[in-house]
Amino acid sequence: MKIGLFIPCYVNQLYPNAAIATLELLQKLGAEVSYPSKQTCCGQPMANSGYEHLTQSCNDLFIENFSGFDYVVAPSASCVLHIKDHLHSHADENAASEIRGKIYELVEFLTDILKIDTLDAYFPHKVGIHQSCHGLRGLHLAQMSELVAPDFSKPKQLLNMVKGLEITELDRVDECCGFGGLFCIAEEAVSVKMGKDRITDHTNHGAEYITSPDLSCLMHMEGILQRNNSKVKIIHIAEILNSSSIKV
Amino acid sequence: MKGTQDHATLAEVFNRDEDRVDWHDGALWWIRQKRDRSANLTPQWEELREAASAIKSNVISNLHDYLLQFEDNLKKNGVKVYWAADAEEHNQIVYKILSDKNINQMVKSKSMLTEECHLNEYLADRGIDVINSDLGEYIQQIDNEPPSHIVLPCIHKKKEEIGELFHEHLGTEKGLSDPTLLTRVARNHLRNVFMTRRAALTGVNFAVAETGEYVVCTNEGNADMGAHLCEVQIASMGLEKIIPERKHLGVFLRLLARSAIGQPITIYSSHFRKPRPGQEMHLILVDKGRSELLARPDFRDSLKCIKCGSCMNTCPVYRKSGGLSYHNTISGPIGAILAPNLDMKKHADLPFASTLCGSCSNVCPVKIPIHEQLYKWRQVIVKEGYSASRKTFSMKAMALTLSSPEIYNTAGKTGRWILNHAPFAINNKFNPWYKQRDMPDSPEQSFGEWYSKNVKKS
Repeated sequence: MKIGLFIPCYVNQLYPNAAIATLELLQKLGAEVSYPSKQTCCGQPMANSGYEHLTQSCNDLFIENFSGFDYVVAPSASCVLHIKDHLHSHADENAASEIRGKIYELVEFLTDILKIDTLDAYFPHKVGIHQSCHGLRGLHLAQMSELVAPDFSKPKQLLNMVKGLEITELDRVDECCGFGGLFCIAEEAVSVKMGKDRITDHTNHGAEYITSPDLSCLMHMEGILQRNNSKVKIIHIAEILNSSSIKV
Repeated sequence: MKGTQDHATLAEVFNRDEDRVDWHDGALWWIRQKRDRSANLTPQWEELREAASAIKSNVISNLHDYLLQFEDNLKKNGVKVYWAADAEEHNQIVYKILSDKNINQMVKSKSMLTEECHLNEYLADRGIDVINSDLGEYIQQIDNEPPSHIVLPCIHKKKEEIGELFHEHLGTEKGLSDPTLLTRVARNHLRNVFMTRRAALTGVNFAVAETGEYVVCTNEGNADMGAHLCEVQIASMGLEKIIPERKHLGVFLRLLARSAIGQPITIYSSHFRKPRPGQEMHLILVDKGRSELLARPDFRDSLKCIKCGSCMNTCPVYRKSGGLSYHNTISGPIGAILAPNLDMKKHADLPFASTLCGSCSNVCPVKIPIHEQLYKWRQVIVKEGYSASRKTFSMKAMALTLSSPEIYNTAGKTGRWILNHAPFAINNKFNPWYKQRDMPDSPEQSFGEWYSKNVKKS
């Protein structure tokens, strides 16, 4: 099984440890992973701002980097959703369509493709799960609170395999954190208020860490946590799932 | 209206009072929770939503025929029918009906359409006094402010503020803020209005093509009070309010109040069909942008809206910015997809007042893909040139950077270097991120750099 590792631009630049954890975790689980070095970005920042028409070169580059793999896996629900919904090509729409069909966010790749049921991971902390909206309502990584439907949660399913870890609850299980791409700049006041309120929900329930399949939400919440000198930390779910090497 | 300030600016002002934001957010979240409980207690909730959406798809696809059928049946029932292309025509029609009968006072029950048409102002300019008879609308009218929510028009006001308004306008004792007492005062006042008004105007929730009847849903019974006591009854409805058959009400009435406020059904679901002896009934079918919306394939599904307001209650941006910051009669997510169709320039900011979290689409009882339409409106607004040139410039620069791995890697490296060695260049007041958030810690090397050093190339 050949996996192309897609590391979104901001993860690559700002959160290399999450990317390393993703790579190591997939390798540990027996996958053959490689990282095409000429990748940049999925194009979502432009598209969500109304400039999808400027994303063709990003799309072409993406297709160039990720054709020829069995699967494309990324530690970012939002970027994966963008590719699934919006990757197109003028030159070779078949290639685009093929990638749209074989790209997976890390959590769903572990639960749905690798179908893992055990993990050698240890993380003795209280952890709150932030359901990123794109992971939740776009990729259906968990049941959505608005719908009348049976409950499930793929991130929870994986975190329950981690020894020592305690999942903390939330009053609002899947409320948006307010990151929203350029929304966090254009609507700074509302964005920060949304982030603060999400954090408070986590801290009220005793979370030491907030985790998510999306680092963009976490980056936004981390900025607020650090500004307020909070002891609560953010951590990408890959780092928890790959945490067996951490000495206790 | 509060002038031309955009949503972000008005939302920033709203957020200066954090306690109020928390209170507003909490009140609406409580309603969202009531909606959830109610939905979970309803057998086949998701199937009901699907059915409602499908019925409305049929209506949208056959609107022409259903409207003519409805008109035909209205006429058979003795109702006078009018067609209005826009707000101006609508207001002229209402004015003519009233002035022909020498009526200079009218009572109105909640109608978002007449709010959109600014009917009250139009009639006031011509010497006709209109009183909104829904409590929330009445309060907003006294305060000379538009509704902030389509179902809960004064949800942004605290009871103390309402007490103050009543003190000022209705002469209640200062400091009175007990909701029951305030409601009693308003009721007494409105009772007199109902008794003395010769004309009553209502909105329409559902117009049944098959029978020519229309249904008005209220909790306060005010539409009925107005209609039952008047000699001239007027109904104004948007073209999209049609449903094909009476049996379809079984789907919509089950969804409407549950979605809106978690109530099984509105207290009154009144069917109006034909005038009483001696009474006149008039019905105005209003286009006001509906045909144009119908002609936009990407956006026509927004005509399915039954105005329940659930998308507002669930929207975290709405809850934390307040309805008035949308500077449009219909606020929140649904307002943000309806408004650009009416005036794209004026409402170019609204589709951006969202994180695209998608909760709105999930609560929508007629399954309008609201967040997908927000995304699509953004594309249209940019293409039509309603985006700031500064933004276009930075987007082009971003697209250029991201299309070249070399430029991107250099830019990334430079950015991280600045964060590490010259943070003042980024951590300053010109950076909206930094106002209330720290910048991320900047690692020495990117993942790409780590990978090329540490992982053997095969």
